[in-house]
Amino acid sequence: MSTTAIQTKAALDGGPTPAVETREQSSAGIADYNNRQTVGKIKVENPKMVCQGVDVHYGAKQAIKNVSLDIGANEVIAFIGPSGCGKSTFLRCLNRMNDTIPICRITGQIKLDDEDIYDKIVDVVQLRARVGMVFQKPNPFPKSIYENVAYGPRIHGMVNTKAELDELVRNSLERAGLIKEVEKRMNEPGTSLSGGQQQRLCIARAIAVNPEVILMDEPCSALDPIATAKIEELIDELRENYTIVIVTHSMQQAARVSQRTAYFHLGDLIEVGDTDQIFTNPRHKLTEDYITGRFG
Amino acid sequence: MPISQEAHTVKQFDVQLANLRNMVLEMGGLVEDQIQRAVAALDEENIAASREVIARDRLINGLQVKADEDCVSMIALRQPLGSDLRMIMSLINTVTDLERIGDGAKKIARMTLQIYDSANSPPSAKLLRDVRPMAELAGNMLHDCLDALARLDVDKALAIINSDDELDQEFQSALRRLITYMMEDPRTIGHAINVLFIIKALERIGDHCKNIAEHIVYLVEGKNIQKRRNLDVHTIVALAQEKTEQ
Repeated sequence: MSTTAIQTKAALDGGPTPAVETREQSSAGIADYNNRQTVGKIKVENPKMVCQGVDVHYGAKQAIKNVSLDIGANEVIAFIGPSGCGKSTFLRCLNRMNDTIPICRITGQIKLDDEDIYDKIVDVVQLRARVGMVFQKPNPFPKSIYENVAYGPRIHGMVNTKAELDELVRNSLERAGLIKEVEKRMNEPGTSLSGGQQQRLCIARAIAVNPEVILMDEPCSALDPIATAKIEELIDELRENYTIVIVTHSMQQAARVSQRTAYFHLGDLIEVGDTDQIFTNPRHKLTEDYITGRFG
Repeated sequence: MPISQEAHTVKQFDVQLANLRNMVLEMGGLVEDQIQRAVAALDEENIAASREVIARDRLINGLQVKADEDCVSMIALRQPLGSDLRMIMSLINTVTDLERIGDGAKKIARMTLQIYDSANSPPSAKLLRDVRPMAELAGNMLHDCLDALARLDVDKALAIINSDDELDQEFQSALRRLITYMMEDPRTIGHAINVLFIIKALERIGDHCKNIAEHIVYLVEGKNIQKRRNLDVHTIVALAQEKTEQ
């Protein structure tokens, strides 16, 4: 998307600061309210997931309109936008969570490592093991802390012996930054933990089945700032091994944790770009109005 | 992305931003007045007026402190993003440059005292010949800066950046003339050095105006054109990529 540009020709020639500066005016101008074409680069070099022309309908209502977006490997991408803009709906498409809603209809293509996840031969349970999810409200199973983490690996048949399972549970809790707080109380119920600890337990549960992508739907909205900071630090550490997609209402959080940010508005993907650019110099007027608090 | 004209949902934020901008423009007006007074005092050999210019510099410094505080509190309390963030960053930088321009006016006033408030005989008119045209150029640049800031006019800001070269050239030729006078008649050296400080102050005012113009371009366009000052290979590559992306 070309807006107005300061001429850089002299700079490109390697000369000193040009004597005459002029201003280039592109005919396209700046994306205004009516332009609903995605602004910014939707393609990445090393995509983990590739979404092409995704439409989502709830009955007659269209919730997502022709969204195309790449999610890069080992990146944290944040989805932001006002309530009802479709960011959570789109997130839930990425591991077919919307399948559970009978009136929901999804068209277009979503690929995980070149495999169409909506292909008939795809086992949804396996898919959700590869694309894990953490929800807004911590939702530990009404079981012990140990069982919460052990449940997934056990049903997926990932371990053969009790010792292996113990190791896996410990390891997952460690990666979720929770082990120190729970190692002496593994058999207490998961619900006995504080909100922030419960959320980290849910993350430990998600990473126990060794997913490739983790979807987070407002993971910190029920947490205090300290617990939020711990989760954000965790997200940063998890990025080494996983691809993370996070939906958040807090723009500061999106700015803190993500490398790329996508802005949704009324079902359209309005703009996507480097987080730094989106929050300092967005190219679409809707993005600008949203992040500066001028909305509606 | 240019500055949105829409109001913020939080009206108080609009009020604070408008107040800040008005304060910076007010400070700019004060600084402009200081330059005019300093140069007029030099012209009229007016000691009292020069002292007044020096005393009034405190007002400008006070405004800078106030503007800085307001910027910090807005960043802390409002967490500005996008054009709001660029507005605050540009204004905080502009305020620094305005304060330095104010120092320039004070410098001119101090030199006026050096020249006329002493037992020495006054300098010959030819030594001061270059001051007035340079002061006019610098004054115009500052005036245009404030105008461009008030209207968020990028084209005007770019014109200011280009016009700084003219002031630099004026300074170079004035400097050469001063050196010639000093070589011709060493008795002029004392005054010539004072005049040199004055024209140097005016030349610096031009540089600060150029900075302000660059802040305005950043504010409106979100592009930092200062980075082209020290071009290295990486910057050139980055700029080339930027160019192809557009």
